[in-house]
Amino acid sequence: MSFLNNAITGVSLGSIYAIIALGYTMVYGIAKMLNFAHGDVIMVGAYVCFFAMGNFNLPPAVGVVLAVVVCTVLGMVIERLAYKPLRAAPSLAVLITAIGVSYFLQNSAQLLWGAATKVFTPIVSGSLALVPGQLSISYVAILSVACCVVVMVGLTLFTGQTKLGKAMRACSEDKGAAQLMGIDVNATISMTFAIGSALAALAGVLMCSAYPVLSPTTGSLPGIKAFTAAVFGGIGSIPGALLGGVLLGVIETFANAYISTELSDAVVFAVLIVVLLVRPAGLMGKYVPEKV
Amino acid sequence: MKKKKLAALLLAGAMGLGLLAGCSNGGKPENGGGDAVTIKVGGIGPTTGDAAQYGTATEWGAEIAVEEINALNGPVKLEFKYEDDTGAADTAVAAYNNLKDWAKDAPLVIYGTTTTGPCVAVSAETYADRIFQLTPSASSPDVVAGKDNVFQMCFTDPYLGTAGAEYLKDKGLGTKYAVIYNNGDAYSTGIAEAFIAKTKELGMELVATQTYPDDKTTDYTVQLNACKDAGADVVFLPIYYTPASLILAQAKQMSYAPLFIGGDGMDGMLDMDGFDKSLAEGLLLMTPFSAGAEDDRTKSFVEKFQKAHNILPNQFAADGYDCMYAIYEACLEIEGLAGMDSAALCDALSAKFGSGTFKVDGLTGKDMTWKKTGEIDKAPLIFKVENGAYVDAQ
Repeated sequence: MSFLNNAITGVSLGSIYAIIALGYTMVYGIAKMLNFAHGDVIMVGAYVCFFAMGNFNLPPAVGVVLAVVVCTVLGMVIERLAYKPLRAAPSLAVLITAIGVSYFLQNSAQLLWGAATKVFTPIVSGSLALVPGQLSISYVAILSVACCVVVMVGLTLFTGQTKLGKAMRACSEDKGAAQLMGIDVNATISMTFAIGSALAALAGVLMCSAYPVLSPTTGSLPGIKAFTAAVFGGIGSIPGALLGGVLLGVIETFANAYISTELSDAVVFAVLIVVLLVRPAGLMGKYVPEKV
Repeated sequence: MKKKKLAALLLAGAMGLGLLAGCSNGGKPENGGGDAVTIKVGGIGPTTGDAAQYGTATEWGAEIAVEEINALNGPVKLEFKYEDDTGAADTAVAAYNNLKDWAKDAPLVIYGTTTTGPCVAVSAETYADRIFQLTPSASSPDVVAGKDNVFQMCFTDPYLGTAGAEYLKDKGLGTKYAVIYNNGDAYSTGIAEAFIAKTKELGMELVATQTYPDDKTTDYTVQLNACKDAGADVVFLPIYYTPASLILAQAKQMSYAPLFIGGDGMDGMLDMDGFDKSLAEGLLLMTPFSAGAEDDRTKSFVEKFQKAHNILPNQFAADGYDCMYAIYEACLEIEGLAGMDSAALCDALSAKFGSGTFKVDGLTGKDMTWKKTGEIDKAPLIFKVENGAYVDAQ
């Protein structure tokens, strides 16, 4: 029974990683940059929802929408101010800028909302008892998994079927050629950041509902784990992010339970290394040989 | 080198002044506030980063005490400056160097650091430089080991573990015991190891020992499942309140309701913004301070703290407050304080604190004394959470 319990924990943790990883993967796939501030956008989203529900007594649904709206705007502003001027700069410069933005967000949050940990009120509470007293699934876990699948399917359809989605894929393949074909590259990248940040807000609310503590550094570790998940699944690949996230959550939980709590992160990264040795582009990533 | 010269000059100057005073009206006008000796107290702790809540608490608690002390207009005045170390050892040493520069013109006492890792680094420096150091909250024995100039205001870690096991045994609480601790943290590991050793010694049945790697961990269901499966009816949690609040919530989620008992790191949980206090119902905790205590001094401190910062003070703030009074009262008892440089003051204060007869009454204990090793001697209070408030469970 504890095996099943651990499996449920793993999948629900993994689906939260997956939603964050989807945001990472979108931005990387299209803008070809690692947005290390992604984890901190999660934190901002969670704070917005926390204050909307706690201080203004708004219903959870409104809180979530508000968080999504604020983070979308924040994502676009960050992109416009911090990354756009560096479009032609070496990728290392952009990476360092992203780390700077990450610290900026963390410290601003601390200045605005204080360092003390806040306890998040879950947007849904309670759990579904499968075997009373022994096996149960929390509604938050069900919601996370459902959100994760819906988002994944939605994004796949969006990038595959819509005009904007196709523009994104075109930018991803070749920015110069896309521009020549009449695609507004800047607007497309801005849109990508908007979508990625909206997902971050959603992930933040779900994560804090499952593990209800909130502090200015809440987003940093899940951000890194989700980045790992994205690489694991194949960065740039949307189904890969979902697979990577869920696998990462499950491996981490099982390593915790059956190997050692100290070594769980080591096990996760060992698996990552093995996967990358066998499949350098990740589980579902496309391997594009570089022409020299 | 330059500092030594300066100190010598100061000393000479002070001696000269003394001589002049001896010849009564030597012709030189007396300085207005020249009577009080100013001691510079340089605080170090994290006011940003992961441990910021602890550092700011120690800063604010000390500030209140310094204000009170200076308002007494006694023979000793404290000048207080607080530097951020972000919880990192290298930053703490840099902060310490800044404070040394700041205190070129007056004897310096180091107050801090808040957390153990940086404190070990800084105490090595103060030991070499002969500067007295009193930490409000760095509780590892490593902080004071082998250094005659470093003293602690908080309990050492092993002490709480031993006290916890003894308390459970004395009160006959539980039959099967478990412990969940953060083995990436010296505070948590120190208490847990002492607890485990004491349970063995007392013949208590320890059925599960669970660890997690750092306080950023959010999922404790695996550890709780192990405790539950082993049938533990008491779970000892020598950890900070943020992870503890998650453990309580997740235990409830899986309908596991053992008796939880924690150390002083647990203090503050009830004041977390948005915390569901019913989760902590029945929780036992050993702490030197409770903001709900009824004595006048605590009440006045809590009132001032709340007025200034809009939150309730925790144990860290109270320890910080007591540190300032300990330094002040020790300085009052030192003969020939005027004209001492940092090193002389360090020797005098170390001798005073280490004497075993120097007693301080504070918010975190009555008649607190120190061992020569630098560890404090004071008894923990044991509280139980009932209806969202601390109740004495001694």
